[in-house]
Amino acid sequence: MTARARWRKAGWVLFFLAPSAVPLVLFTAVPMVSSVWVSLHQWNLISPMKWVGLDNYRTLLTDPGTRTVFLHTLMYCAGYLPLVFAGGLGLALVLNRKLAGRSFFRAAYFLPVVTSWVVVALVWKWLLNPTNGLVNTLLGAVGLPQPGWWTDPNWALPAVILSSAWKDLGFVMVIMLAGLQAIPQDVLEAAWADGANGWQRFWRITLPLLSPSTFFVIVISLINGFQVFDQVYVMTGGGPSGSSQVVVGQIYDLTFRYGRAGEASALSWILFAVILLITAVQIRGQRRWVHYA
Amino acid sequence: MGPRRRQVRALSLLRYAAVLAGAVVMLFPFLWTVITSITPEGSLAGGPTLVVENPTLAAYRTLLDTLPMWRIVVNSLWVAIASTLLQLITGSMAAYGFARLPFRGKNVVFALYLATLMVPMQVLVVPLFIEMKALNLQDTYMALLAPSIASAFGVFLLRQAVESVPKELDEAATLDGAGHLRIFVTIIVPLIRPALATVAVFAFMGSWNSFLWPLVVIRSPEFMTLPLGLATLQGQFTTEWDVVMAGSVFSILPIAVVYLLAQRHIIAGVAHTGIK
Repeated sequence: MTARARWRKAGWVLFFLAPSAVPLVLFTAVPMVSSVWVSLHQWNLISPMKWVGLDNYRTLLTDPGTRTVFLHTLMYCAGYLPLVFAGGLGLALVLNRKLAGRSFFRAAYFLPVVTSWVVVALVWKWLLNPTNGLVNTLLGAVGLPQPGWWTDPNWALPAVILSSAWKDLGFVMVIMLAGLQAIPQDVLEAAWADGANGWQRFWRITLPLLSPSTFFVIVISLINGFQVFDQVYVMTGGGPSGSSQVVVGQIYDLTFRYGRAGEASALSWILFAVILLITAVQIRGQRRWVHYA
Repeated sequence: MGPRRRQVRALSLLRYAAVLAGAVVMLFPFLWTVITSITPEGSLAGGPTLVVENPTLAAYRTLLDTLPMWRIVVNSLWVAIASTLLQLITGSMAAYGFARLPFRGKNVVFALYLATLMVPMQVLVVPLFIEMKALNLQDTYMALLAPSIASAFGVFLLRQAVESVPKELDEAATLDGAGHLRIFVTIIVPLIRPALATVAVFAFMGSWNSFLWPLVVIRSPEFMTLPLGLATLQGQFTTEWDVVMAGSVFSILPIAVVYLLAQRHIIAGVAHTGIK
């Protein structure tokens, strides 16, 4: 190849890649590297940075507060994931049959997915208002206890979980529905001809063949779940008295309320490591239970 | 009708009732939002009623006096549309580069792209904020757009789509004298439209819902997007739910219209990512 042809080839590579590479370097790679740098300093965003080495990490890893916010984040995932998974799968199974108004139901269940988290959090904050919210009015009408929801330390996190599950149910439903439609009909018919009842067909055939979709939903939900922030910030602000504070909420507060940007950056890297670890474990473990057709 | 058939029928009725009840739970909060927003503030103490007595637009008036809501709606739409278009252009071009141009170190570069996908926004927020301050971009549209000009997720999805286009098509066009740009525009782009639609859906929803980044980088109301405007509103009118719900109606309406028009494509786009 002549030098000229080589330059021309390089020119094309640059032409096609630069529009994405330049912004990714400027607005993702550079902040990423400087985030590591910030995490090794003590810094309140205003006065000069002070080098502290790994002290931020050491402080965070021994601070019981860190354990608390991770525990709350874990509790959020533990409440949210089973709700959206069971609900989304159930809905997908029902809507996979011929049913009058099926596309209407599908659209209705999906509407909250396109609504922003802030709106969902505000609407549910109002529905779960302890004194004059709709949910407590209805609970009172049938003689059930009326929790304080986001004003009660025991109920703040469940309130966030409920509204989040409401928003994402339709997302899981659509993924599972796509998975169900990819299951070859003849496999189910063969099982039926062999005398397998509905229950057996579900556990032995549908569920195993659905495992790629299940895997996708679990991986994505946990990645997003560990980064939960918007709905907590709007609904409870992490309160009352820190009872619903999550990791990203803590990162935000450390930076912009307490002026501890170094610690905040360190915490964001700890969170990143945790998410990476959980995802890696799942990807390794998938061989044992995910069946790709 | 035998007992077995009756049982099957009862079961399917039960199933239908459950789906119907579920749909009410999904849709009623939206109706309740509208009802609350037109209920006079004085009658909110006992909670609104299904049929509003003396409906009023007072909450909307308060809302428009407090925040430039129309401008905020336009901001949200414009930032979402701009970042969607940018991601489609930058993403499909990179996809072509990775799928069709041979160059040394391609796999390493692609792996670096994927690495940016793994870094969550909260890791970037503080340094990105400093960077925007240094570039004097704080409180501008550019700051809102910056992190979403290119998305590695889009590049990844589109590269797969480009690779599934048969290479013979390019080769035939090359024989006809077409260069890379013409092959890209006239052959590749039309054939990867489904993948482009999926990327568009995710880019638009991502920008529309984005909250943490605008919260950090935007101060003035004239550059706010809807989620940020709403959160600000709630800070000011903590107990005036009619005003907060009026703001929510403002932010639900545009996306509901987009959803009604493009519902099929949106749901198909989301479903498409899960199969892979």
